[in-house]
Amino acid sequence: MKTTKQLLNGKFSIEMWEFGSGDPLLFVHGAGGFFGVDPFLEELGKTHKVYAPHFPGYGESTGSEHIDDVIDAALFYHELMDELKIPTANIVGHSMGGMLAAEIAALDNSRAKKLVLVAPAGFWLDEYPIPDLFAAKLDEVAPLMFHDPKSPMAQAFGAIPTDFKALETMYVERVKRFSTASKFLWPIPDRGLKKRAYRIKSPTLVLWGASDKLIPPVYAKEFTKRIAGAKEQQIAEAGHMLPYEQHDAFCKAVNAFLKG
Amino acid sequence: MKFTWFHLMPYRYLPEDFKDKYRSVWVDIPQNLYDPKIGHKLYNDYLDQLEFADQMGYDGLGINEHHQNAYGMMPSPNIMAAALARRTRNANIVVLGNSIALYNPPIRVAEEFAMLDVISGGRLVAGFPVGTSMDTNFCYGEIPATLREKYYEAHDLIIKAWKEQEMFSFNGKYTKLRYVNLWPKPIQKPHPPIWIPGGGSVETWDFCARNDYNYSFLSYFGYIAGKKVADGYWDVMAKMGKPLNPYSMGFAQVVAVSETDEQAEKDYSAHMDYFYNRCLHVYDGFADAPGYRTVKTIKAGILGQVGDQAALRREGLKWKDFIDQGYVIAGSPKTVRERLREAMKSLNCGHLMMLMQLGSMPPELVTKSTELFARECMPYLRDLWSDHEDKWSAKPMPVSERAIPAPVDFELKVTKHTNGHARPNGTNAETRSAK
Repeated sequence: MKTTKQLLNGKFSIEMWEFGSGDPLLFVHGAGGFFGVDPFLEELGKTHKVYAPHFPGYGESTGSEHIDDVIDAALFYHELMDELKIPTANIVGHSMGGMLAAEIAALDNSRAKKLVLVAPAGFWLDEYPIPDLFAAKLDEVAPLMFHDPKSPMAQAFGAIPTDFKALETMYVERVKRFSTASKFLWPIPDRGLKKRAYRIKSPTLVLWGASDKLIPPVYAKEFTKRIAGAKEQQIAEAGHMLPYEQHDAFCKAVNAFLKG
Repeated sequence: MKFTWFHLMPYRYLPEDFKDKYRSVWVDIPQNLYDPKIGHKLYNDYLDQLEFADQMGYDGLGINEHHQNAYGMMPSPNIMAAALARRTRNANIVVLGNSIALYNPPIRVAEEFAMLDVISGGRLVAGFPVGTSMDTNFCYGEIPATLREKYYEAHDLIIKAWKEQEMFSFNGKYTKLRYVNLWPKPIQKPHPPIWIPGGGSVETWDFCARNDYNYSFLSYFGYIAGKKVADGYWDVMAKMGKPLNPYSMGFAQVVAVSETDEQAEKDYSAHMDYFYNRCLHVYDGFADAPGYRTVKTIKAGILGQVGDQAALRREGLKWKDFIDQGYVIAGSPKTVRERLREAMKSLNCGHLMMLMQLGSMPPELVTKSTELFARECMPYLRDLWSDHEDKWSAKPMPVSERAIPAPVDFELKVTKHTNGHARPNGTNAETRSAK
C-alpha cells in the first residue's frame, strides 16, 4: 500500500510503501532507491509491519534541500519514526541505506530494536577501493551490482530505454536520486561512522552478498569489529543487490535474525 | 567588436592512438604521457604567444582553469596571469576564470585577483565559472548536489570583500570568517568587470542577467550550434527587461587564418583533428556527475560540451564539415572576416573569444594566424557594435601613471661561487685592495 506522510508542517512530504502487520520494520533503501518491483518488502510484510519510505529526493518524496549530510538524514528518520508512532523498530538498511541505518542507531541508540545492515556503505579501505558508481556508464552498472549480470533480472536492471522520452525520464530520475546520494557518498563514502558506530547497542546482523563487486564483503569486518556483538552472514551467489538477486535467502536470513 | 586571444594551453604531444588506447583526456589520463621538459617548452611558447597577441592589438588575453586535463594545462590560471601582468602592456587580462567553489576559503580568489589587478594597473577581467563537472566534482571532489550553492556563496563573499570599505564578518554555510579585511584591494572600483563563463546551464543566464555580468559561452561547437544557447540567454535578458547590449556576451570560437582557403586547410586541418579527436576525448562517465547540471538544464535539452553525445555529433567530421557547420572559422582573411561578421551578428555578441592556438598547432602557425587576423581581419570588424557601450572591459589606470617593468638583461651580473658567496664581476676584492 502506498501512503504519504507530511513531516514538520510540510517541510518533508514522504511517499511510502506499507505492507503487512506486526512488529514494525523500517526499511532504508540504497542510493538507487526503490525500483517499483521490490518483492522482498512484501515478503517481509508477512511477518512484520513494513514501512519503506522513499528518502527525500526519491520517488515523490520532497525536502531533500533540507538535508546536507548523514546527521540530517538520521534525524529525518528519527522524525519520521516519531510521526509513525514507532519510536523503536527493527531497522533494515541496504547499501547507502545501511550506512544511514547505522547512523540512525548510533545517534540515538534507543531507535533500533534490531538492526540489519545489508552490504552497507560507510567505510573506506585503501586496499579495497569501492568502484565509482557515479562515474559508471549505464551499461557498466549491472556487472557491478549482480553476481550474475547475465540473469534476466540484471539485464532488466541495466536496460537502457530506446524511447527518447523514457530515456530522459530515466536520466532525470537518476540525477534526482544520485545527487541526493552524493551528499553522503561523494567522492568517498566515509562520513565519520567509524567514530560513532560504537554507540550502536542493538543486536546487529551484517548481511553481505558473497560476490559483491561494488562493496566487497571484506568491509563486513569494519562493522563487526566496531559494533559490539554484531554477527556477519554471507549469502552465496549474491552480488550487491542481494535482496533482489537472492530474494528467498535474503528474506529467510532477515526473518530468522529478527525472530531469534 | 572586441577580440580576446584565448589560450587553452594544450599538451601538443598526445600519441597517435590516444583515443583508442585511453578512455579520457581528463581526470584519469595516464601521468606517463606528460613530460615536464616538454611542458617547460610549451608553457613558455604559450606565454610568448599571448604576449605576441598583446603586441598585435588584441583587446584581451584569455586564460582559464582546468585540472588533470591534457588540453588545458592551467590548474592555476592566476600564475599565468601574473606572468602576463608583467610582460604585457595593453590588453585586458581575462582570467576565465577561477572556479570559486573550489577555494577554501574563497577569499583567496578575491586576494589573488586584487593582486593581479594591482600589478597590471587595472587590466584584469575577473571570471567566475562554476567549473566543469570533471574539474569540480571528479578532480576536486566537490559534492555535485551542493556545488552551485557553494559557488553562489563564494561569489557573495568575494564581491562583498571587494566592495566593503571596512572589515566585516561572514557567516556562510560553507565559509565562516570572523575577519574579512581585504588587503590589497583592486584598482578597478568597485571591482574588476565580471564575466561568467558557462557551458549552457540555464541558471547561469539568470545569474548573469540579475547581476549585469558578461555571459561568456564557452562552446567548442562553434557559432551555428551556439545560437540556441545565445538565444536562450538573450531571451532571459529580454524577459528581465535588460538592454540587449552585445558586449554583455562573450563567445568562444575557433578561428584560423591563412593566405587562402586552400592553404588554411593545409595548415590547420591536422591540428583541428587533434583538438576535436584527441583533446576532447573525455570519458562519458566524467562528463556530467549526477546533480552537476540541474534538472531544469537537462530538460532544456542543452548538449554537454564533452562526453558521448558530443563525440557522436562530431563523429566522422572532416575539415569541410567543421567549416560548414561552424565549428571552425578558417580560411583567407576575407573568408574569415566575412564569416565572423555574420557569426557575431547572428549571436548578437560583442566579445569574441578566439581560440587561435588549437590542439597540436606549432608556434609558427600560431604566429602567422594571429598576425594575419590582426592585420587583415580585425580592422574590418572593429565597427561592429560601435553604437553600443562596452561596459564589460577593464578600466585600467592611464598609461602615463602606470609603472613600467624595468628591462631585463638576462646576462648574469655576478659570478656564482660554489661556496655560496657571490662577488661582483670584475670587482674582485683582492684587485681592489691592491690599488
